[in-house]
Amino acid sequence: MVHALIDGVLTGSVYALMATGLTLIFGVMEIINVAQGIFVILGAYLSYYLQQHFGIDLFAGLLITIPTMFVVGIVVQRLFLARLKGPEKTAMSILVTYAISLVIEGILNIAFTVNNVQLNASYTNKSFQVFGVYIPYIYFLGFLLAIVLLSGLYYMLYRTRFGASIRASLADQAAAALVGIDVKKVSTICFGIGIAVTAAGGMVFGATNAFNASTSYDLISRLLTIIVLGGMGSLAGALVAGIAMVTLEDLVGAIWSPVWSTMAFFVVLVIVLSFRPQGLFGQQSARAA
Amino acid sequence: MSSTPSSVFARPATWIWALCGLLALTFPLYETDPAYQQIGVYTLIFVACATSWNMFSGYSGYVNLGAAVSYGTGAYTLSIIAVHTHPNNQMGGAAEFWLIPLAGLAAMVVAVPIGLIALRVRRHTFVVITIAIFFTFQLIAINASFTGGTGGLSLPYIPWGASYFDIPFYYLALGMSIFAIILSALVRRSRFGLQLLAIRDDEDRAMGLGVEVGKVKLTGYVMSAFTIGMAGGLFALLQGQIYPQFVFDPLFDISIALMCFFGGFGTLVGPVLGAAVLESSQQYLTVQYSNGSLYLILFGGLFLFVILFMPQGIVVFIRQKAKQRTDRQIAAAAAAGSNA
Repeated sequence: MVHALIDGVLTGSVYALMATGLTLIFGVMEIINVAQGIFVILGAYLSYYLQQHFGIDLFAGLLITIPTMFVVGIVVQRLFLARLKGPEKTAMSILVTYAISLVIEGILNIAFTVNNVQLNASYTNKSFQVFGVYIPYIYFLGFLLAIVLLSGLYYMLYRTRFGASIRASLADQAAAALVGIDVKKVSTICFGIGIAVTAAGGMVFGATNAFNASTSYDLISRLLTIIVLGGMGSLAGALVAGIAMVTLEDLVGAIWSPVWSTMAFFVVLVIVLSFRPQGLFGQQSARAA
Repeated sequence: MSSTPSSVFARPATWIWALCGLLALTFPLYETDPAYQQIGVYTLIFVACATSWNMFSGYSGYVNLGAAVSYGTGAYTLSIIAVHTHPNNQMGGAAEFWLIPLAGLAAMVVAVPIGLIALRVRRHTFVVITIAIFFTFQLIAINASFTGGTGGLSLPYIPWGASYFDIPFYYLALGMSIFAIILSALVRRSRFGLQLLAIRDDEDRAMGLGVEVGKVKLTGYVMSAFTIGMAGGLFALLQGQIYPQFVFDPLFDISIALMCFFGGFGTLVGPVLGAAVLESSQQYLTVQYSNGSLYLILFGGLFLFVILFMPQGIVVFIRQKAKQRTDRQIAAAAAAGSNA
């Protein structure tokens, strides 16, 4: 019980980080990035590659993988997503990002085969004891990493000028453009940031789970559930829903059966949406889109 | 809007439909290789599904990325009944085919509560919820006992010779496709279809003009589940064995959407064309080269290309080109006239 609770909060923070990237992208650009799952896996494989071939530590490797994923995000945004316009933009964005994720999945399958791998380091197998509960170091380190990155992200969003322009674009794109914010530039950088966090998320995910390219389907369905539940475009929603959902999943797994724990995820989604279609923290859209 | 018989026969579209129908009807006669006949069956299954999907998603603009829920429900309904009743014993191999409409009905019944929940939200969130619901169904199929879990279900054996095994399936799939196309055409011309299109254009305005959007969306969603469910049932019979990840397949969801966008989202012909081209070429590639990863890259790349360069699909793209050409000809004729 206690174990599941601690586990849930620790892992949940990592999901919250990945979901924050996703909700940021949706909020600013009205793009639903279905490729977020495969980007997480790509981030995990990058860490794996750096460790296997260059012997770079997983956490040190983040100094390389985070900027790399940021650039990948910007390239994808410039090449494909910036072209989308018109009323069907959001629907099209789902299809485009799905297509991107299929291409990356195919490439990863060829490059790394479909065999499951897991990231290993001295701290992935060792645990320490708190209140009689064994916690693997990697869970704790992952939690710290997520907290550091989320704090950095929140600091940037709420304490800097650029963050203010992002929040303005989140609230109202047209109005933001009117007061002189370069919405296009903000969008591109936001997409980069949204993808960059997957490098960290992917590393922790890869160190705590065995994965291959098709694991991305499981990941993306969870991440999407989290941001819908929190309210699409809501940063606080992604944070709260991320931690709450994963904790709930772990609790169901501990009390009832791990087989149905993923199910709890979706059941909660359905119940919440029946009462609050806009999600926990979402605002009712004034106009249909 | 009614047109006289002479004007119908004067339109080239009528002749193209007739030619395609004739080719489709006689396909098993000139293509006797079972491997290729099977490609024909799969292609027609997808023609039926894509047309039916488009009848709701294409007309209303609510992109459903959980069509496999209907497909899988149909497949499992038929399989579970067939396994428990063994209709072969009483009526021979053909008895199971009577279960196909039942598979469609089951898909409709399942679609009602899903629609009630998922259609409460606007488009963007709807897409995401359909994905989530899809994964829930996949999970149930994998974990529940009545579905046989990951081992799947084996259907009673159909005692037909290999040389003509696919032919009944082919004509059933063809019938389903024709049914889906006619239904889609009827919906498009009806008041109900106009209401769906109005929702796609501007839901708030449609509501303001008195369209009962909730009811219309739910009806459309449930209607489109019927043919997809029947196709799932047919697929189960054809395979003789179903597994959760084959009938609740995320690639199915996205393939259907791609076929419709490729051909022309919200048009009548688009999904037919898209499914015919994409599914047949995919099956052909699978028969020729069995590299799944390479296929993913090609499929994704093609998808990107179509959406970025022909965002309205081939049908609309060709229509626009043709219209531009006639406009130019008219302009040229007018210019020549004014010069003379």
